[in-house]
Amino acid sequence: MCECCSGHPDIYLPQMATITKRRMLNGTELFLHLEMDSGQDLRYKPGQFVEVSLAGIGEAPISISSSPTQKGLELVVRNVGSLTKAIHKLQVGDKLGIRGPYGTTYPIEEAKGKDLVFICGGIGLVPQRSFIRYALDHRNDYGKIIVLIGTKCYSMRLFREEIALWQERKDMTVLETIDEAHDCWDGNVGVVTTLIPKIENELPGSLVLICGPPIMYKFVLISLAEAQVPEENIYVNLERRMKCGVGKCGHCQINDKYVCQDGPVFRYSDLALVPEAI
Amino acid sequence: MSVLKFTPKQFDDFVSAMLKTGRPVMAPQAKNGRFAFGPLASPADLRLDYDVTILPPKKYVLPQVETLLEFEVCGPCRSVQEGQPMILLGVHPYDLTAILQMDELFRQGQYDKHYMDRRCQITIIALDVVTPSANVFASSMGTATVRSGYDILLTVLKDGSILADVATAKGQELIRLAGSVVPASEADLKARKDVWEHNNAALNKHILLCKPSLLPKILEQNYNHPVWEEKARLCYSCGSCNQVCPTCYCFDVQDRVNWDLKTGHRFRCWDGCLLENFATVAGNHNFRKDRAARYRHRLYRKGKYVPEKIGGQIACVGCGRCISACTAKIANPVEVYNRLLQDTKLG
Repeated sequence: MCECCSGHPDIYLPQMATITKRRMLNGTELFLHLEMDSGQDLRYKPGQFVEVSLAGIGEAPISISSSPTQKGLELVVRNVGSLTKAIHKLQVGDKLGIRGPYGTTYPIEEAKGKDLVFICGGIGLVPQRSFIRYALDHRNDYGKIIVLIGTKCYSMRLFREEIALWQERKDMTVLETIDEAHDCWDGNVGVVTTLIPKIENELPGSLVLICGPPIMYKFVLISLAEAQVPEENIYVNLERRMKCGVGKCGHCQINDKYVCQDGPVFRYSDLALVPEAI
Repeated sequence: MSVLKFTPKQFDDFVSAMLKTGRPVMAPQAKNGRFAFGPLASPADLRLDYDVTILPPKKYVLPQVETLLEFEVCGPCRSVQEGQPMILLGVHPYDLTAILQMDELFRQGQYDKHYMDRRCQITIIALDVVTPSANVFASSMGTATVRSGYDILLTVLKDGSILADVATAKGQELIRLAGSVVPASEADLKARKDVWEHNNAALNKHILLCKPSLLPKILEQNYNHPVWEEKARLCYSCGSCNQVCPTCYCFDVQDRVNWDLKTGHRFRCWDGCLLENFATVAGNHNFRKDRAARYRHRLYRKGKYVPEKIGGQIACVGCGRCISACTAKIANPVEVYNRLLQDTKLG
């Protein structure tokens, strides 16, 4: 190897991590708690993602769902492709490759002293949970914490026990909705935007953090514009195909931005000239 | 450093001496009526008069398929560095410009050791164009000649003699194999200057009607121009324009398991942003499903996005390969950029 390269690490080489807990959150979403085999926790911040791999099957970007205030790394993996299908078969004690953390973080410093409104659609709750837990672990640093959660149907709801605990807390507001009515559900029915009028008075002055399926952003952003939330106060966490995670492969590019480096968390006002973003 | 002068015979001897070192020499040779870079076996096969190769010499710095890691299935991985010392002989200035851009892209930010290690071990002998290709427009892009970035630059003069400008220590080391050649005279250097002046004007089968440095500004104003839809209507999304482009560097990463089902390797391979599923994520959501959006993305990458990452240099070097490769005849960047220029008010 040449001299100038020998001092550089291999940016594509994963570290090994061991599954210490696993449980299904619903029919398709698997929750994993991992410990790095190095014994060193990954130094990540809320909003970032890792490249998860199973040698022989492949690699994919997965949001971090845990908060750096806790030990280990928590991920939620939807059974949707060949890699995630294989990950779903893994048991406690099995190993995964991890690269990262990559990407931008939620504005954990800028948000201090401010009210936070999290708008989560489906598995959009997964990365948002990282910042929600972080804010709860630094409760005095932040103002009100409001969480709006929308799920397609009753059976797909995520983190049910944890949400129930959040709902019991006096220092946060959690509103949940499902798109389709269900016999066991007596809460709000409708898409996540139907929850926005219930907290409309809280929106001016809050930082609003959005994560959900592509279609959700369009409608949530319209509602927020109607509520006159300035675009500088809105953050979105975007999904793309971050194949390399290091700003080289080109797959996650939206106009001139690389979601793996310039995102996945973007301030909405920074996306004014990025029509491919939303 | 120095400019030396070879007679054709002396140059053949120099090539033979390079071949004898055992280091692979990759050079342009005839292939089914066209030209291609490949391992050189004899100086007789070398075609210094080639117009353009089917694929750019990019394939030696970023191979079509490159192993990154080896692994035990579902187990740990280890890095693989495949780079070997190599001589890349006969690289035209536009292709050299493309390689230099790629060097910066793989070096900046997160250092890509796989690319950089391979690159560091390559000695580049550039070559001024002797025969312009059918679709070259390097003169328009300012890439018809180069003044740096090579280890040695060859210029074939009208009388058949060959000047070698030795620019680096790597070049110096190689030129030692040349035996007794004479330094170029003032008249030779003047003849070389004439070649450069000629090429700076003549490699221009398609003429860009503005300075390349204006392209980012022109593109900025034309995101919704009808040309994207008009051209893309005929696009097959075949990705040929990506595959032959010396500046395209997008790649996919995949795993392959060996026949023992116990071991395997992770590799990267060329990908193309014109291919339909380039931006598709798991669950089959395609973030760039419109052909026009993919077509536009390619020309924005060349004219705006990549230049913004590498200090302004336009990421189209005017080789014209995409024009020749495109079945639908829509890939010509000059046609598109000129059309946009015509509809743009530049303040």
